Amino acid sequence: MSEAIKTQVQQQRVRVERERRIAASRRNKIFFAVFIAIALVAPFGIYPVFLMKLLCFALFACAFNLLLGYAGLLSFGHAAFLATGGYITGFVLTEYSGLGTELGILAGTAASAALGLGFGLLAIRRQGIYFAMITLALAQLVFFMFMQSSFTGGENGLQGVPRGYLFGFIDLKDNLNMYYFVLAVFLIGFLIIQRTIHSPYGQVLKAIRENEQRAISLGYNVDAHKLLAFVLSAALTGLAGATKTVVFQLASLTDAHWHMSGEVILMTLLGGVGTVLGPFVGASIVVTLQTYLSSGPMGEWVHVILGVIFVLCVLMFRAGIVGWFSKLIQKNFK
Amino acid sequence: MTILFGVPLSVLLGQLLLGLINGAFYALLSLGLAIIFGLLRIINFAHGALYMLGAFVTLLSLQYLGVNYWFALFLAPLTVGLVGMAIEKYLLRRITGEDHLYGLLLTFGLALIIEGLFVKVFGVSGSSYPMPDALKGGFNLGFMFLPKYRAWVIVSALIVCFVTWYMIERTRLGSYLRAGTENPKLMQAFGINVPLLVTLTYGYGAALAAFAGVLAAPIYPVSPGMGANLLIVVFAVVVIGGMGSIMGAIVTGLLMGLIEGLTKVFYPEAANTVIFLVMVLVLLVRPAGLFGKET
Amino acid sequence: MKGLRKAISLIVAAGLLSSTAQAAISDDEIRIGYLADMSGTYRDLSGPGGLEALKMAVEDFGGQVNGKKIVIFNADDLNKPDVGANTVRQWIDEKNVDVITGLVATSVVMAVNKIVEQENKLALISGSASSSLTNEHCSPNHMHWVYDTYALSNGTARAVLEEGGKDWFILAADYAFGHSLEADITKVVETGGGKVVGKVRHPFPSNDFSSYILQAQGSGAEVVALANAGADMVNALQTASQFGLTQSGQKLAGMVVFLNDVHSMGLDVTQGLMLTTGWYWDMNDETREWANRYHKRVGRMPSMTHAGVYSSTIHYLNAVKETDSDDSQVVRAKMIETPINDMFAKNGKLREDGRMVHDMYLAQVKTPAESKSEWDLYKILRTIPADQAYRPLAESQCKLIKN
Repeated sequence: MSEAIKTQVQQQRVRVERERRIAASRRNKIFFAVFIAIALVAPFGIYPVFLMKLLCFALFACAFNLLLGYAGLLSFGHAAFLATGGYITGFVLTEYSGLGTELGILAGTAASAALGLGFGLLAIRRQGIYFAMITLALAQLVFFMFMQSSFTGGENGLQGVPRGYLFGFIDLKDNLNMYYFVLAVFLIGFLIIQRTIHSPYGQVLKAIRENEQRAISLGYNVDAHKLLAFVLSAALTGLAGATKTVVFQLASLTDAHWHMSGEVILMTLLGGVGTVLGPFVGASIVVTLQTYLSSGPMGEWVHVILGVIFVLCVLMFRAGIVGWFSKLIQKNFK
Repeated sequence: MTILFGVPLSVLLGQLLLGLINGAFYALLSLGLAIIFGLLRIINFAHGALYMLGAFVTLLSLQYLGVNYWFALFLAPLTVGLVGMAIEKYLLRRITGEDHLYGLLLTFGLALIIEGLFVKVFGVSGSSYPMPDALKGGFNLGFMFLPKYRAWVIVSALIVCFVTWYMIERTRLGSYLRAGTENPKLMQAFGINVPLLVTLTYGYGAALAAFAGVLAAPIYPVSPGMGANLLIVVFAVVVIGGMGSIMGAIVTGLLMGLIEGLTKVFYPEAANTVIFLVMVLVLLVRPAGLFGKET
Repeated sequence: MKGLRKAISLIVAAGLLSSTAQAAISDDEIRIGYLADMSGTYRDLSGPGGLEALKMAVEDFGGQVNGKKIVIFNADDLNKPDVGANTVRQWIDEKNVDVITGLVATSVVMAVNKIVEQENKLALISGSASSSLTNEHCSPNHMHWVYDTYALSNGTARAVLEEGGKDWFILAADYAFGHSLEADITKVVETGGGKVVGKVRHPFPSNDFSSYILQAQGSGAEVVALANAGADMVNALQTASQFGLTQSGQKLAGMVVFLNDVHSMGLDVTQGLMLTTGWYWDMNDETREWANRYHKRVGRMPSMTHAGVYSSTIHYLNAVKETDSDDSQVVRAKMIETPINDMFAKNGKLREDGRMVHDMYLAQVKTPAESKSEWDLYKILRTIPADQAYRPLAESQCKLIKN
């Protein structure tokens, strides 16, 4: 073929690719706007505490997805960060009751980030299943520490955490105020993740995920990049845990148990690993199922149903609901 | 009376023996996992549920079919082995070649389903399985009273472990298996039915779990949740031993039983957690586990 | 909207408290929420059976109070305090539920109590064991109906001491419940002239008890006390039986033993075990009649928790009927005023700290030879009178008691 035609085809391909990306980004912006609109009015129709639980778990799943979907690291110990955020915030707000709630939450997030650094330094050099197992083992040690500590209340949990006042004057005991605060926290966390993914750092992360050897040979400090992703993921998970503790006024060992680590994997997988909306969708489905199944005749089937969803997801919906949906849209609405 | 670390020697000996017995049990359970991962590269999170199935088949076959313990030693592994083969053929087969993550998640989901169904049907309270008459009572060893059954556990577990190791590492069948999973296409070219081997392997791993379940039935309450708590401990054993290594799983199982036994004497509250501390320490020093090979 | 409704109900409540006029039942319905572990470790303790007991109570009461319908909600708390607390919060916020019953795992109960106290509703606790619920964690909004760790350890430990068990070894579960049982037993043993010669705390939950039983045997104690419950207790008992603990002369005392535990373990393992219970189905004609009705619906004989759910509900509904109100403090005052003498409790009285004190019973598990039917499991040795069984008010740390 002649050179002129080859370049034309190439330019055409680039143009199509760019158009697709623009269309996708426009779609995302529309979704986002719709989401914000719904989120603003939702508490007037749906029980706000339920929505807040959803948002906290959605943030948890998004933070986890950052690590799994974009950095390609499967952690089995994320419950440790959720619990650390929750317990530290709960402790700080209970001990220093005059402190503004936002400071308590920041304390929990910071503690979680620090723990994430610790875990990361120990685990980052390992690959695949060994990485996952080290994070699991470390999380089990953290679980043990929380169980044995007196400040956590052990099996009873840290109870009676005050909602307190945001910035010193907004009363968070009002469910509506609390809801908008939680929504803001979620959006901040979500935006941080988005900015990270679309930044140059995020591009390197993607490169590492796709071909680590090549990234190393190109001179990137792969370990440092992975560590940063890990710490970020841990911090945002801690943020989710801290916020959740304030919403429910309670932090318990459930948050540190390895089942919780398994649940977030389910949420991310169900929604679609590596997608933007996936974790939110996945978290919503799982939280809704758990809440509405447990009250009613299906209560005894909760675990079986979750198991069936797991199995179906792996067998048929590996791209998750969002992934499957995207493919559907791409196929039909070009 | 000799005192060692503030504990009388006779007490310590007793605890070490018990630890060894528990270790043999761990070794048996980890063996199945190690085989499934080492040869099939499947992270079998359903292992605890298969163990539980073994115990339940033992219990139910006694209750409804009058099958005694000694028959159950063969019946349960056979039954659960068949179940395992069905799982491999109809479910796991569909995701071969995909990321390990999916095998883990699929088997995790299966475990949830199996355990949830059993809870629905049998409730959560454990049922007790009668001790077989021939194994009632015990030996007075001087420093402790050892129930005959516990002696049986360690003997039978070690025999099964050794036989399995020998089969895989020293026989032709074992070598086919090892080669088949390393290079399936080549093996198929030689006329070996690799998919069948894979199915049989998973089934064998499941059978091993079930055998451990039969051993457990007379001494632990048979409940749907009995496998769930053991599962991550057994995984830890396999990882510490080195995920591909059969011998690693056996040795580490025994070792962990001993370490756990000592912990129960000196710091019992940490007995469930010490194994994870060991895992972190081992993986820091030997990233592929004690007997593992770096891939 | 919701805020407005809450404001109105608060005003109405305030009005009720200050007025002497006839109170009213809000929403024209009495709403009862049943919260328990329906699918986990504590399922057989209360679980679906307790829900049936609740339904029996409502049906026996006629399904309505003063013409207002009684509505039941139920949920599985999955043994998680956050799930339980969230459910109760939603029930109260969205459905204006009046009273919560069932309530098993202490961690769940404590979280629920905080919400119930905040919202000024009522909680009738039948499943949970911790005596702190009417001690340092008491409130004017919850009532502890069936038993607690103090009554159990007091009853059993004291009885075993009197039989001649002076040296004790305590095997305790390593969490708050186990610790508090351990403390209660130690106190009873030491004030009774005995000595705790050894103890060990095992992780909760534990899979293998052989090491701990060996330690118990090595201690040389006359009595080995099990300060744990559920699967752990069952496991420990079975292991003790395998290692011939009682054959060599040591006595076993189980602190928290339920009928379903004994049933699932079988008499071979549990025979001779001494325990304290708040109720047993085969004590008299009243208990048998109710138990048989329960058995027809559920397929198992009820334990003390199930009977407690029934009894507490009936007592609550009676108080609502008398006062024609569902205001928590009005109903509570009536419940305290009225003694409880039904198939569940004899000489029952609800105290100011929320503790329902009633006669407890020292029981021993029958031998296989003595047992004539599947559920014929206990023989009642003697009654422990209500005023001796529970923590006396003089020792109470409850904020509602002026001490």
